[in-house]
Amino acid sequence: MRRIGVFVCWCGTNIGATVDLETVMEKARQMPGVVFAGDNKYMCSEIGQTLIRDTIVQERLDRVVVASCSPRMHELTFRKTAAAAGLNPYLVEIANIREHCSWVHKDKAEATQKAISLVRTAVAKAARNKPLQADQFAVTHRALVIGAGIAGIQAALDIGETGFEVDLVERTPSIGGRMAQLDKTFPTLDCSACILTPKMVDVAVHPKINLYTYSEIEAVEGYVGNFEVTLRQKARSIDKEKCTGCGICYEKCPSKVDGEFEEGMSKRKAIYVPFPQAVPNVPVIDRENCRWFTKEKCGVCKKVCPADAVDFEQSDQLIKQKYGAIVVATGFDLVDLDEFGEFGYGKHPDIITSMEFERLVNASGPTGGKLLRPSNQEPPRNVVFIHCVGSRDKSRGKPYCSKICCMYTAKHAILLKEKYPKSQAYVFYIDVRTAGKEFEEFHRRAVEEYGAAYLRGIVGKVFPSGDKLLVNGVDTLSNQTVELEADLVVLATAITPRRDAAALGRMLGIGTDGHNYFVEAHPKLRPVESHTAGIFLAGTCQGPRDIPETVAQAGGAAAKAIALLSKETLLSDPCVSNVNESLCTGCLACLPVCPYKAISEKTITEKVHGQERRRLVAEINNALCQGCGACSTACRPGAMNLLGFTNEQLLAEVDAICL
Amino acid sequence: MSVVEEHHLFEPMIVAFCCNWCSYAGADLAGTGRMSYPANVRIVRVPCSSRVSPNFILRAFQRGADAVVVAGCHPGDCHYVSGNYHARRRFSALRRFLEFVGIETERFEIHWISASEGNKFAAIMKDVTDKIRVLGPNRKLRDVR
Ligand SMILES: Cc1cc2nc3c(=O)[nH]c(=O)nc-3n(C[C@H](O)[C@H](O)[C@H](O)COP(=O)(O)OP(=O)(O)OC[C@H]3O[C@@H](n4cnc5c(N)ncnc54)[C@H](O)[C@@H]3O)c2cc1C
Ligand code: SF4
Ligand code: SF4
Ligand code: FES
Repeated sequence: MRRIGVFVCWCGTNIGATVDLETVMEKARQMPGVVFAGDNKYMCSEIGQTLIRDTIVQERLDRVVVASCSPRMHELTFRKTAAAAGLNPYLVEIANIREHCSWVHKDKAEATQKAISLVRTAVAKAARNKPLQADQFAVTHRALVIGAGIAGIQAALDIGETGFEVDLVERTPSIGGRMAQLDKTFPTLDCSACILTPKMVDVAVHPKINLYTYSEIEAVEGYVGNFEVTLRQKARSIDKEKCTGCGICYEKCPSKVDGEFEEGMSKRKAIYVPFPQAVPNVPVIDRENCRWFTKEKCGVCKKVCPADAVDFEQSDQLIKQKYGAIVVATGFDLVDLDEFGEFGYGKHPDIITSMEFERLVNASGPTGGKLLRPSNQEPPRNVVFIHCVGSRDKSRGKPYCSKICCMYTAKHAILLKEKYPKSQAYVFYIDVRTAGKEFEEFHRRAVEEYGAAYLRGIVGKVFPSGDKLLVNGVDTLSNQTVELEADLVVLATAITPRRDAAALGRMLGIGTDGHNYFVEAHPKLRPVESHTAGIFLAGTCQGPRDIPETVAQAGGAAAKAIALLSKETLLSDPCVSNVNESLCTGCLACLPVCPYKAISEKTITEKVHGQERRRLVAEINNALCQGCGACSTACRPGAMNLLGFTNEQLLAEVDAICL
Repeated sequence: MSVVEEHHLFEPMIVAFCCNWCSYAGADLAGTGRMSYPANVRIVRVPCSSRVSPNFILRAFQRGADAVVVAGCHPGDCHYVSGNYHARRRFSALRRFLEFVGIETERFEIHWISASEGNKFAAIMKDVTDKIRVLGPNRKLRDVR
């Protein structure tokens, strides 16, 4: 007979007020195998845990059931408690009587009945729990950082500083991300490039950081401590070792295309460096637009390059590498404005996004920092800024607040006035949100010192009139319609994750939310971890945020990665599948359902009626198995069983529920 | 007693298999958000919807469950990449089988509930309970005990 102890937690009044715990304990004492039931105000507290430890020893308990909050909250805590008293940690089960009971059922009698049932179910399962042993495996002391915006740069530097090797993978030809495109940054107005460029250079020269630009992730296998990643380093068509960065090639290249870095507002060449401070400062040939690759003509760059660095024959390289930890920092895109016809984006060159505004005021941008109207290269006088374009818009855009737009619009209003003291900024807003250090003060400056006129309201239409734009809106405070004549209209466009974030998430096995932001393991307590052990999140790929928050989060993700890389070994989760070879018929129905290719076939030799016989059975690779249990379900003879969630355990739960 | 009254008194027993990564977490969120739903629902935690064997579901019906819900991550979001696709295929077959043996299809539902959909979890549990309250007890597969 088992000796099961049931420990019931009041969770202050969270459980105790809705569930009659005396009755629960009384009933628990009558359940098969239960020899003890006790309670505590907070079972997770030191006193509660001491009660569990002492009782395990005094009552010689061989199974423990804790009726408390969700196992997702404290299963680990109570497993450790049991282990401290010498009990195998996998002999502990949790009955979730808080999240699944006291918090969702108001009627005390009903909640008490359900709590009893939940305890009975946990007891039934616990009775069938087996002690499990975790294996140890070695950790690869190398990190991968995906995306080299400020988030990825910071994470790579922090990890590299501790002496671990870091591979920083960036899809575009240069590191820097969005921050490299910005002009000044709120709330201090320091120049973005001035604070970013030194960090980019630090990355380039860091002995522990290996930079893979113009590269992407091709495949991810393995698990925490031992990820196996295939990188595709796209052909740059330039020999990085030979190139001196002189730039003659792109001066002479005859093929011009819209420059991505300038948001399409000026041209770049087919061979190009995306921006002057690019790291690495090595050009790349955009093969889709290069005459050599499209028409097999030209080749001017190759002729003029004094270092003979141009190499049309280069091909993509596939690189396989093992990593202990991965930091994902793929950043953000802007929403597509096609849905927002009323703002006229794309129909008139003077209707621009805020990102385009950043480039227009930037000294290295398309107007050399003069901030001229794209239509006629004249200085603007009246500029209308529109907040929340695509943000807080459930029907067409994103329901969330993009968080940064209020602040950067205030910044834009200030920059405008500094360039052209006679100009006037009008800002249409729904709410102004300035929760951040020095943020409200910054916004007040835009209004009080720089005279930005804030109009609470919605813009109905923007349309050209002569060489100006007309903005029709409603001021919702005075309930009057407003018509403004503008030289430039700037749309504070909502931010979204990268378009391919969901695909990358699937490759990595990390979740995305309804908008494709990567999901953190816990919204409050584990904000930089993903649900997959060993994969961490940094920056705007996880949610909208500004630079200081991005840097802080990147540091947090790096710290988590460092903590993992510092370990020599990790303990594997012993809840893996297990083949009972005597039952296995070798049908291999389990093999194709395994998402991790953890199942293979092997031949065993056995004696049947004195004769040697060889037959096929399934075999599990414990290091690869992640414990989903798909194979156990597929297995017809019941030979495959997922430890921790065996057929017997789950059936016992069903039986206990339906009692 | 009239039929209506009998139905009114009937409180169904509903077994919900919830995958640890999405739906169980969604149920937790319903708790954290105090989104109440009927106490008729009992959750069995499984690592993934693909762990739910048709056996468990039949057993639940035999033991007297009035409805069974399997809840997993949204298609494409399974923590184990493809588990819910296997589950979906397996359960559409099971559904046809249950119909064949004479179990009302309302008694067996599959739902995709993410970790952030506490409200959806509560709404589905309420909806299933209401439907089964009207439908009445499962008599067909239940053991005669
Ligand atoms: C108009 C505008 C003005 C702003 N002004 C300010 C300001 O004044 N102050 C402030 O604090 N914040 C400001 N911000 C916010 C700031 O830009 C962001 O907080 C910051 O840039 C986020 O950095 P990140 O590294 O998360 O993302 P990103 O800068 O987007 O970097 C992500 C990087 O990952 C790469 N990448 C993406 N996918 C992959 C992949 N699959 N494989 C490899 N690489 C990949 C991208 O190419 C990119 O280099 C502004 C934002 C906007 C839109
Ligand atoms: S499905 Fe079961 S019987 Fe068939 S090979 Fe796999 S473990 Fe063996
Ligand atoms: S439990 Fe899942 S991961 Fe493990 S062997 Fe079975 S199918 Fe593969
Ligand atoms: S983990 Fe939720 S369905 Fe597979």
